[in-house]
Amino acid sequence: MNHSAPIIIVGAGHAGGRAALALREQGYAGPLLLIGDEPHLPYERPALSKQLLLDSQPAAACHIGSAEQYLTLAIERLAGVRVAAIQPQSRRIRLHDGRELDYQQLLLATGGRARQASLPGADLAGVQLLRTLDDAAALRPRLQAGQRLVVVGGGFIGLEVAASARQLGCAVTVLEAGDRLAARALPPLISAKLLALHHSRGVEVRLGCQIAAFRGDGSVNAVELADGELLACDTVLVGIGIQPNTELAAAAGLAVGNGIRVDARLRTSDAHIYAVGDACEFPCPVSGQPQRLETWRNAEEQGRHVARSLLGAADAYAALPWFWSDQFDHSLQLAGQLQAAANCVTRALPDDGLLLFYLDAAERLQGACGWGAGNSIARDIKLAELLIRSGKPLPTAALADPASSLKSLLKGVASV
Amino acid sequence: MSHWIAACDVDDIEQEDVLRFDHAGRTYAIYRAPDDQFYATAGTCTHEKVHLADGLVMDHIIECPKHNGRFDYRSGKALGAPVCVNLQTYPVKLEAGRVWIALADA
Repeated sequence: MNHSAPIIIVGAGHAGGRAALALREQGYAGPLLLIGDEPHLPYERPALSKQLLLDSQPAAACHIGSAEQYLTLAIERLAGVRVAAIQPQSRRIRLHDGRELDYQQLLLATGGRARQASLPGADLAGVQLLRTLDDAAALRPRLQAGQRLVVVGGGFIGLEVAASARQLGCAVTVLEAGDRLAARALPPLISAKLLALHHSRGVEVRLGCQIAAFRGDGSVNAVELADGELLACDTVLVGIGIQPNTELAAAAGLAVGNGIRVDARLRTSDAHIYAVGDACEFPCPVSGQPQRLETWRNAEEQGRHVARSLLGAADAYAALPWFWSDQFDHSLQLAGQLQAAANCVTRALPDDGLLLFYLDAAERLQGACGWGAGNSIARDIKLAELLIRSGKPLPTAALADPASSLKSLLKGVASV
Repeated sequence: MSHWIAACDVDDIEQEDVLRFDHAGRTYAIYRAPDDQFYATAGTCTHEKVHLADGLVMDHIIECPKHNGRFDYRSGKALGAPVCVNLQTYPVKLEAGRVWIALADA
């Protein structure tokens, strides 16, 4: 065993960057190497579809830590470097340029890559994806007022870019194959709110829409639908999800399902290799079923948790799933799990806001979803998280009543 | 030098809650603690420019409505990642049923 070898983190995105910083916060003083295939410092992705497009916010505002910080903390960074292979038996990785590096423990934070549409013309100039800072920098100059944007995919990336582009004065059409927006993640009531908002701001949304091809001569100038209709455009954004980067792990013989399989401590099937973030499939703390999440909180919290696991902590990762999406001047947030709920309680809020509470058969809160102007529902969703954690039965009438304070419900629960 | 500005009425904020106050192009957050003490900080999170007044106050902690950024609003101290920059705080006094905060002269 080579104790002088570094802990190596493969993937310098949000989860990888957070794990590196957290290892130092947790007191790890040994060698630490962070390898990423992008030239950038680790960064958070939420602003890529919003502030970076709308405000031309500098990329540095998204960075996790500064170059000086990594230097001061003796976190060695290899940026713009790809890892070609992992050799678990000899605890060694091989870089794309042939260099080999020994590791003491390895963390895979390889993330995902945006899926490209498998359609004719997908390689035309102007058919854009959005996953990285470079993608955002390439998209931004295309969203000038008067430009025509077609968004393929009515999920969060597509809808957030549609909202940003509309606010920048573009003509925007969203094409979604399913019968409602963000159907994989959201309850139908919230999908309907999203659709109404986009319509009211002048985004054309087509549901149940099949695309045949992207047309153009070198550069895309139209999207051809399955029925032959041509939608003229200057730019296409394909937002149809990500593919987790599991190939390195699979080639090394690690267990891989819909992501790199890890246990509750975030350790893979190899005792010296861990995985976090968008690429990993971990046991749901509630059901035990394997799940893979592509959220800011998952990257943040797993990055922090795995630092402790790498240093020997035995506790299970148990953060509650949570995400948000900002579109125009509205925001939605979702916490916990909605799928297994027996009962849904609706609370209508002023200004067309909405809170949905998902309860199990014993009327314990499992999940909550909120929709409203600005960050108006943020506080209620945070309280819902605390109510979920309390695990106590709740009075459904109070949940439905806008005049009933969730905080007093929580305090009532705490004193039971 | 600083000057006192009336931010709101004492009764405008419930116990263990927060109120947004905008003045001269800047935004502040005014807090009423569970023990009825009042505090004031800068109005937006140091991680991203999000209004803290939409966040949740529990005891002496304000949690940013986005992410997990938490601050002790009495001292402005950031309580761990993702926030590492403390919040600016401002002196507060109560007078004639109003909450006043001391702002530095421009």
